[in-house]
Amino acid sequence: MEVSSPRTLAEALDEMGAQPATVPLAGGTDLMVAINFGRERPERVMALRRVEELHELTVNRRVRCGAGVTYTRLLEAVRDPAMVQAARTVGSPQIRNAGTLGGNLGTCSPAGDTLPVLAALDAEVVVRSAAGAERRLNLGEWMRGPKKSARRPEELVVAAEWDPAGSSQAFLKAGTRNAMVIAVANLALVVDRVRRRVGLAMGSVGPTILRAQAAEDFARGLFEEAGWERPHRPSPAAAERFGALCAEAAAPIDDVRGTAAYRRHVVAVMARRALARTAAAV
Amino acid sequence: MPRPDAPAKVRGAFDFASDLRAEGMLYGRTVRSPHPHAVVRRIDTAAAAALPGVRAVLTAADVPGKPFYGLDKVRDQPVLVGVGETVRYAGEAIAVVAADHPEQARAAAAAVAVDYEVLEPLTDPVQALAQGSSLRNLVIRRGNPEAVAEVVVKGFYEVGQQDQAPLGPEAGLAIPDGEGGVDLWIATQALHVDLRQVADALALPPERCRLRLAGVGGAFGAREDLSMQIHGCLLALRTGRPVKMWYGRDESFVGHVHRHPAWMWYEHGADREGNLVYVRATIVLDGGAYASSSHAVVANAAIFGCGPYRVPNVLMWCGAARTNHVPNGAMRGFGAVQSCFAHESQMDRLAAAVGISPLEIRLRNAMRSGDRLITGQVVSGAAPVADLIRRCAELPLPPPAEGRMALPGGAGNLAEAADISRGEGWALGYKNIAYSEGSDDYATARVRLERRNGHAVALVKTAAAEVGQGLVTVCQQIARTELGVEEVELEPADTLIGDAGSSSASRQTWMTGGAVREAARLVAEEVLKRAGPPGRGLAGGQVVDDEGAPLAPLALLLDEPIEREFEHHHRQTGKLDEDGQGDAHVSFMFVAQRAVVDVDPEAGLARVAQVATVQDVGLAINPLQVHGQIEGAVAQGVGLATMEEIQTREGLIRNASFTDYLLPTAVDMPEIVSELVEEAEPDAPYGAKGVGEPPLIASPAAICAAMRAASGRELCRIPVRPEELSGVSETKPPRELIPGQPPA
Repeated sequence: MEVSSPRTLAEALDEMGAQPATVPLAGGTDLMVAINFGRERPERVMALRRVEELHELTVNRRVRCGAGVTYTRLLEAVRDPAMVQAARTVGSPQIRNAGTLGGNLGTCSPAGDTLPVLAALDAEVVVRSAAGAERRLNLGEWMRGPKKSARRPEELVVAAEWDPAGSSQAFLKAGTRNAMVIAVANLALVVDRVRRRVGLAMGSVGPTILRAQAAEDFARGLFEEAGWERPHRPSPAAAERFGALCAEAAAPIDDVRGTAAYRRHVVAVMARRALARTAAAV
Repeated sequence: MPRPDAPAKVRGAFDFASDLRAEGMLYGRTVRSPHPHAVVRRIDTAAAAALPGVRAVLTAADVPGKPFYGLDKVRDQPVLVGVGETVRYAGEAIAVVAADHPEQARAAAAAVAVDYEVLEPLTDPVQALAQGSSLRNLVIRRGNPEAVAEVVVKGFYEVGQQDQAPLGPEAGLAIPDGEGGVDLWIATQALHVDLRQVADALALPPERCRLRLAGVGGAFGAREDLSMQIHGCLLALRTGRPVKMWYGRDESFVGHVHRHPAWMWYEHGADREGNLVYVRATIVLDGGAYASSSHAVVANAAIFGCGPYRVPNVLMWCGAARTNHVPNGAMRGFGAVQSCFAHESQMDRLAAAVGISPLEIRLRNAMRSGDRLITGQVVSGAAPVADLIRRCAELPLPPPAEGRMALPGGAGNLAEAADISRGEGWALGYKNIAYSEGSDDYATARVRLERRNGHAVALVKTAAAEVGQGLVTVCQQIARTELGVEEVELEPADTLIGDAGSSSASRQTWMTGGAVREAARLVAEEVLKRAGPPGRGLAGGQVVDDEGAPLAPLALLLDEPIEREFEHHHRQTGKLDEDGQGDAHVSFMFVAQRAVVDVDPEAGLARVAQVATVQDVGLAINPLQVHGQIEGAVAQGVGLATMEEIQTREGLIRNASFTDYLLPTAVDMPEIVSELVEEAEPDAPYGAKGVGEPPLIASPAAICAAMRAASGRELCRIPVRPEELSGVSETKPPRELIPGQPPA
C-alpha cells in the first residue's frame, strides 16, 4: 500500500489525475475500519489532512465548509442548528475530532449523519479535478446509491456550500444506543422562514438520503397559514399528517440495525417532533 | 490498597497478550470455514505455501496428538477439521499458517483452497432438541410435579445471545524451547485447563509445555475455551520460531463461545396470598456445535431456574441443543442469567395477579438459611434474601433526568422531558460459587518468606489468572494479613506450580485465596516454631505475644527462607439423581436489584437512570473492588437488557463488529448505588463469598421490568428492541410448549 500526503489542493488533484485508483483518506473513521477488517486493501491511499485549502470554513452570507472540516469544528463554528445537532450525534469525541464533512460525503452512506442536513439545506457538493472545471451537485445528484457517489475517479470533494437558514431547524436520530451509534433512522427538517422554504430529508430509510416532498409541501402550507414570521403550534392532526407523509416517503429495509416497520414508525415520530420544534422556534 | 497492575494499566504501559513480541517472531493466521455445516472434501495448501514469507501451512494431518479439545469430559471439538470431516459451525478452523509478516499470513490464509460439500445447517434449537440433537437434558422433579394452585400465571421468555466482548481479543505467543517443548504466553482464565488440552494435542508430556499468563484484556467466560493455544504451538514447533497469533474483532466473534441464548416457557402457581405452590418450566438453550460448558450451564439454568424462593413443587426441564452455531459456553452468570429473566418476570406477573407489589411477592417467598433448593439441597450458609430486598428498597431513588443527553435517545436529540415516562423494576438473583456436581475443585498456592535488605518479604505464587477482577490485590492482602509483613510480591502465574482452576464461577477468592491463606499459615507456623514461646502471632513485621506486643523482628528469623505450598479443596459436592435431586453446589450468593428506567414509549427508546444493588458477599475482603465488580456487572446487565445481541441468520453471524454489536457507552451507564451485606459464610475462607456474577444475573430482569412499568408493554424478550418497546412488533414463542415438558 502506497501512501502519499500532499500539502496543497493542486498537488492532490494532480495526483488524483495521474493515479485515478487512489483512495482519498480524510479522517479515516470509515476507511481505516474497512482496512482493519480486511474489507478493503487499496493499492494507493492519499491522506488529505495536510491540504490546507480543505480546512477552510467561512460562515457568512453563504456557508462554505471545506471537505476537511471535522465534526468538532462544525459543532463549534456552524450556526445552522440541524448541522450542529447532526455533528454532535456522530461517534465519540475522538471520532468527531478525526471525521470530516468531506469524508461523510465521500463514503456516501445512507446513514451518514450530516447528509440529510445537507439535503434539507439544499446544499451543493463542490467537487474538482485537475483537468476539468469545478462541478456543483445537490445531494440528490451526489448520492447514487448506498456508498455510491457521483465522484469521478480523478475528482476530490473540496467543500459543501449552503445558505444559512435561520434557527428553525431540527435534526433527530434514532439509534439503539444513547451515543456513538449508527442511525437506525435520522431526519433533518429545515424551515427557512426568510426564504419561505421547507426542506425535509431522511437517512437510513432508503438506499440514499430521501427527501419527502409531499411532507415539505404540506409543511409549507402550515407555515403559510400560521405566518412565516411567527412561532406556532401545529395541531395534532397536522403533526400526524406530516409524520405520515414522511413515513410514506421512506423506503426502509430490515437489517441488523432495525426493522423496516420500526424505521417507518420512528420516522413519523421524529417528523412530528421536528415539526413541533421548528414551528416553535423563530 | 493499590492494585499491583493498576499503574501500568492506567498509563497504557501494561503488556496485554496482543502486545507481546519476540526476536524472529512469525505471525500466525487461521483459515476458517465460511459454511456452518459442510464436509471438507479437499484442502490444497500448495499455493499458500508457495507465497512469499510463508513458513508453514498446517492442517489436521499435522496434529501429532489428540485431534480434539474441549472443556467437557468428552472432548469433542476438532483442533482442525480435516479432509472427510465435518464442519459444524461457520468460523471453524480448517488450517493455520505462519508467515514473516501479518499481511503475508493473511494472503496465505486466503490462498488455502478448501472444497466443501455444503450441508443444510441445523439452526433451530427447539427443533434440534425435538429430534434428539442435545448436549444435555436435565429434569428436576420436586414435591408433586402436578400440583394445582388458585392463582396461575404463564409466560414465554426469550434471551438473545450476549457476547462477553472483552476488549482484548484472543492472543498468545508460542516460543519453541529448542528441545521439542514450547512456552506459551497466553491470555486465558485457566492455565492448567488449557495445558491439559494443549499437551494432549501436541503429544507432549505436560512438563514440556509451559503455559504462562500474558496480560488478559478481560475474559467474562470467553477465555474458558481454547482459541489459538494449540494452533500457535503447532506452528511454533513446526517452524522452530516464535509464533504470535491474535484475532481481529470479527474473528473474535467466532473465536470464542458466547452466552447461550434461551427460550423459556414458565408456569407459576400460588395461593391467594402469593405464596408459591409450584413452578413448571421448560428451558431451551442453544448450545451450538460443541459441548464446551453446556453441561454445567444447563444445570445452573435449571437449578436456579425458580429464583431464590421457597418452591415446594417443581417440574423443570432444561436442555441445550446441539446446532450449527458457534458453540455457546461460559459467560458471567452462567445459565442463571437466562432463567432469572424468566422467573423474575413471572414473579411480577404473579404479584399483579394476586394484587400485591413486586416487593411483597418477593418478601413472602424469599429463601432463608435452612431452606431447600429445588434440588433438595439445604442452604446451609448465609441466605439473607429478605434483608437484601428491604435494604435495596431503602436506597435513594434517582432525581428526574435533566437535559436532552440524559433522556432516552441521548445524543440523538430525540426526546423532550414530556415524551418520557419512568418505571421501576425489581429482580432477585442467585447462583452457586465454584465448581459443582462432584468436581474435585481445588487451588494451589506457594508462599515464601525471605529476608531482603534486612526486612521480611513474602512471595506468593499461584497459577490463578488475573483477568481484571482484582485477585492480585486479594492475594496480597491475605498474605499481609497472615504474615504481618508489608511487602508482598506476586510471582508470575504459570504452570510451573500446581493447578489453581479457572478464574470463573466467582471462585478464586474462595479457592486460590483460601490456598494462599493456608500456605501462609503454614509459613507462619514455622516462623513461630523458630521464634519459640511466648511468640503467638505475626504483626507489623514482628513476632508478637498473646497481647500483640512485639517480641522480635520477623526478619531475624529468616536466615533460611521459609516456603510452604498448599492445595485447597472445597467441600465435596454430589451429583444430581434422576429427579435432579442432590447436593450439587458448595455455596450460594444472592443479590437484590432495583432498576429505574426512563422510556420514550413512542420512539421505543430507553435510558437506564439507576440500578441499585444490595449484595450478599459474606465478607468484603476488598470493598472497593467489590463495588467495582458491581459496576462492571451492571454495565453488562444494561447491555443485555437494552442492546447487546449477536444476530445470526442461517448459521452466520451478521454483526461481528463493535459497530453493530452495541455495547453500553459511558452515556448509557446508569447511576450505580450499591450496598454490601456481610454475613460470614461458614465454609469460606474469612467468610468471604464470591462477588463477580450476581449483579449481572438480576439486573437485566430488573431493567426489563422497569421498561414494562414505564411502557405498559409485555416485553418478553431481552434485549428489548426499539420495535418492541414502541409496540411496532412483538415477540412470539417459536412454538407452544407445555411448561415442564420437553420439546416434542
